[in-house]
Amino acid sequence: MLKVNDINVYYGAIHAIKGVSFEVNDGEVVTLIGANGAGKSTTLNTVCGLLKSRTGSIEFLDKNLASIPPHKIVELGMAHVPEGRRVFQQMTVEENLEMGAYTQPRVSIEPNLERVYEQFPRLKERRKQVAGTLSGGEQQMLAMGRGLMSNPKLLMLDEPSMGLAPILVEQIFDIIKQLHKAGTTILLVEQNARMALSVADRGYVLETGKIVATGTGDELLHDEAVKKAYLGG
Amino acid sequence: MEFLSYLISGISLGSVYAIIALGYTMVYGIAKMLNFAHGDVIMVGGYISICATSYLELPGWLSVLLAMAVCTVLGVVIEGLAYKPLRQATSLAVLITAIGVSYFLQNAALLIWGASPKGFTPIIPATNAQGEPNALPLFGGQVSISYISLLTMGACIIIMLALTFFTGQTKLGKAMRACSEDKGAAQLMGINVNRTISVTFAIGSALAAVAGVLLCSFTTSLMPTTGSMPGIKAFTAAVFGGIGSIPGAFLGGVLLGIIESLAKAYISTQLANAILFAVLIIVLLVKPSGLLGKYVPEKV
Ligand SMILES: Nc1ncnc2c1ncn2[C@@H]1O[C@H](COP(=O)(O)OP(=O)(O)OP(=O)(O)O)[C@@H](O)[C@H]1O
Ligand SMILES: [Mg+2]
Repeated sequence: MLKVNDINVYYGAIHAIKGVSFEVNDGEVVTLIGANGAGKSTTLNTVCGLLKSRTGSIEFLDKNLASIPPHKIVELGMAHVPEGRRVFQQMTVEENLEMGAYTQPRVSIEPNLERVYEQFPRLKERRKQVAGTLSGGEQQMLAMGRGLMSNPKLLMLDEPSMGLAPILVEQIFDIIKQLHKAGTTILLVEQNARMALSVADRGYVLETGKIVATGTGDELLHDEAVKKAYLGG
Repeated sequence: MEFLSYLISGISLGSVYAIIALGYTMVYGIAKMLNFAHGDVIMVGGYISICATSYLELPGWLSVLLAMAVCTVLGVVIEGLAYKPLRQATSLAVLITAIGVSYFLQNAALLIWGASPKGFTPIIPATNAQGEPNALPLFGGQVSISYISLLTMGACIIIMLALTFFTGQTKLGKAMRACSEDKGAAQLMGINVNRTISVTFAIGSALAAVAGVLLCSFTTSLMPTTGSMPGIKAFTAAVFGGIGSIPGAFLGGVLLGIIESLAKAYISTQLANAILFAVLIIVLLVKPSGLLGKYVPEKV
């Protein structure tokens, strides 16, 4: 579904991503783990077109994304729930969700809304509330719900559990499992490596802009080096 | 009664400011830039209307539509050529470019239409064919409101309501609000940010054309620099009401017109502008986000 081949991304003089390649197959949950500043968010932002790679190629559903602007990439079926939620603070919960369905035909908005409200009943209670006044956890649910509104074929989640209480983290991961079961392909970036690897089919370990290890979720969970660096020994 | 007539003329002047301020505030809200050339688009709108009525001999209402069409195209072209390449640049660079565009438009007008003031036929003349005033008498004729004032106030209210509906209820309008908050996140929703900004400039410039025709109908003359002072005052009005806020721009514009008119009548014509800006400074000291501007706490 997604093939990333030898991308190099720079912020001015800073070389943030150094020849990264990876792929995500149909129906898989793939996780990208790594320390702060490893380049995980940069990688996702490059995949969705907000940043450009100087080399290599990114293919999504067999299309080369090089010359496609980010808003068109969304139309192809990619949704990105960015780091830090980035919900529209001054718009209501429902308006935020509508924005998530911006590329969708009008008739599909209603059923999608119902589905998202079913997954996140809290959002339904607060549908008319301005997003800026939601709690951090509620904003995270909103960000995820907004991503799901476009019926994505590939859902990219950048640290969905950041700043959430353990019970909410469980809930977010439950939803990831549900989506997986329903056939959504997911690319998951997480600080919580243990949780991420336990739901993922495969994982990649990113270190200062390079991929240093890869394997199935289980393999990485039991890899000595990974244990030491990311799972607290 | 004298007071009432000053008040009426203040409200109609203020309605013109409000229409300009609505354009300013839309563009600022979405593109996050001060389009200092906005006032000069007003002037272009005025000249187009003159050309349409005198050379093409079109009726007044058609000249307004033509002015709107030309200004819409002009606004979109300005945005595409001058501002779009600066999307990643600092706001200071954009501001200086906008000032450059403003001078460019004034000088282009100077070349095309010359420096001497041109007479402007109001779209509703002050008197009708029988020589009676085109005005609505109130209180048994002690005060009257000219039809052009009524038209201006009506246009202003309709535009304000239409913009409120547009940004609040329509898909494109909501997309504009999304862009105004977070362009990156808006792109992730599949919103074409560049197109949305172009549409905003189109709307702002069309409003400037309307304002241009109405303004010139009051002043009955037009020069290449006619747009700059109303432009600055409308900008003040937008800041006064809370920049980015549609009802704010409306309220700011009308209040500014009233203050200006009353200051001219009761204090001093020379000092009117100074008083205007003094009021702005006081309001901003008390409420830095303007009268209706909202302060939204960021949650990280
Ligand atoms: N806008 C930017 N300008 C300059 N450097 C940047 C910018 N954004 C990121 N970087 C740098 O690029 C590197 C990778 O950053 P990135 O945000 O991708 O890390 P990350 O793996 O997502 O980290 P975290 O887990 O903390 O979110 C870091 O060294 C960071 O300082
Ligand atoms: Mg990150």
